[in-house]
Amino acid sequence: MAWTSLASPPRFHAVAGRLVAPLWIAALLLGVAGLVVGLGVAPSDAVQGEAYRILFVHVPAAWMSMLVYVAMAAWAAIGWAFNARMASMLARALAPTGALFTALALWTGACWGRPTWGAWWVWDARLTSELLLLLLYLGFIALVESIPDPRRADASGALLAIVGVVNVPVIYFSVVWWNTLHQGASLTLTAAPRLGASMLAALGLMTLAFWAHAIAAVLARARAIVIEREGSQPWAAAVLEGRA
Amino acid sequence: MSGLMEFLAMGGRGAYVWSAFAISLLALALEGRSVMSRNARARRDAIARAAAERVS
Repeated sequence: MAWTSLASPPRFHAVAGRLVAPLWIAALLLGVAGLVVGLGVAPSDAVQGEAYRILFVHVPAAWMSMLVYVAMAAWAAIGWAFNARMASMLARALAPTGALFTALALWTGACWGRPTWGAWWVWDARLTSELLLLLLYLGFIALVESIPDPRRADASGALLAIVGVVNVPVIYFSVVWWNTLHQGASLTLTAAPRLGASMLAALGLMTLAFWAHAIAAVLARARAIVIEREGSQPWAAAVLEGRA
Repeated sequence: MSGLMEFLAMGGRGAYVWSAFAISLLALALEGRSVMSRNARARRDAIARAAAERVS
């Protein structure tokens, strides 16, 4: 099967339908394993004690918030440039999941900041740029939902998503470019990890669980959007009535 | 029992640690539930629309 065939809504609807349930199950199993290792096996941190365990939800949520935004902007741009309606629908499906991960990164960061910094929030470059990311997601959702014509809505949303993508490297490098209260990256591609093996295992399992959840949620939402937009097409009627 | 209480206390940081985990897992579970019900609603509405069009 050529991957480009997924640009066709009927084909996408069928393939995504087969993937959603296994991905939910994978997310559940990986999440349970990550919680067991993160809360029960990984040792206390020498400096932060037990509060550091928030890292196992905070870091995957923060990574997903940035990755999902880049994916959303890329699909929105493809949809706009090539008039590919499935790409625009995927961009719309990604936005709520990205917004949720961003809100969770901010919430878990606040829960971690209070015991370690003594404050729920500071106007630090990393925190402020992450808050801006949440506003970009909410702005994208509000914009595309407020324009009745789907093609105009997709084009307007794509413009906002593409402009907003400049914020992603700002978030990532904010701890390098400015003196921030937020700590630097615990994991980089160029240096040895500063986490123990069981801590890395928990972080890896939780990250995979968040990935599986995000893909399942986005595919399921995209299927709903396909039916909402194309439910009156003959292929959709055939699928929904079990004739295909 | 004291072992469990110690685990839940998380070195005196239990309120922060459990709030972070509980809200995150609850939010992800609710998102899953919400997208699946949106799917079901979209299917129901599309079937109802198709039936109404056939009648008219």
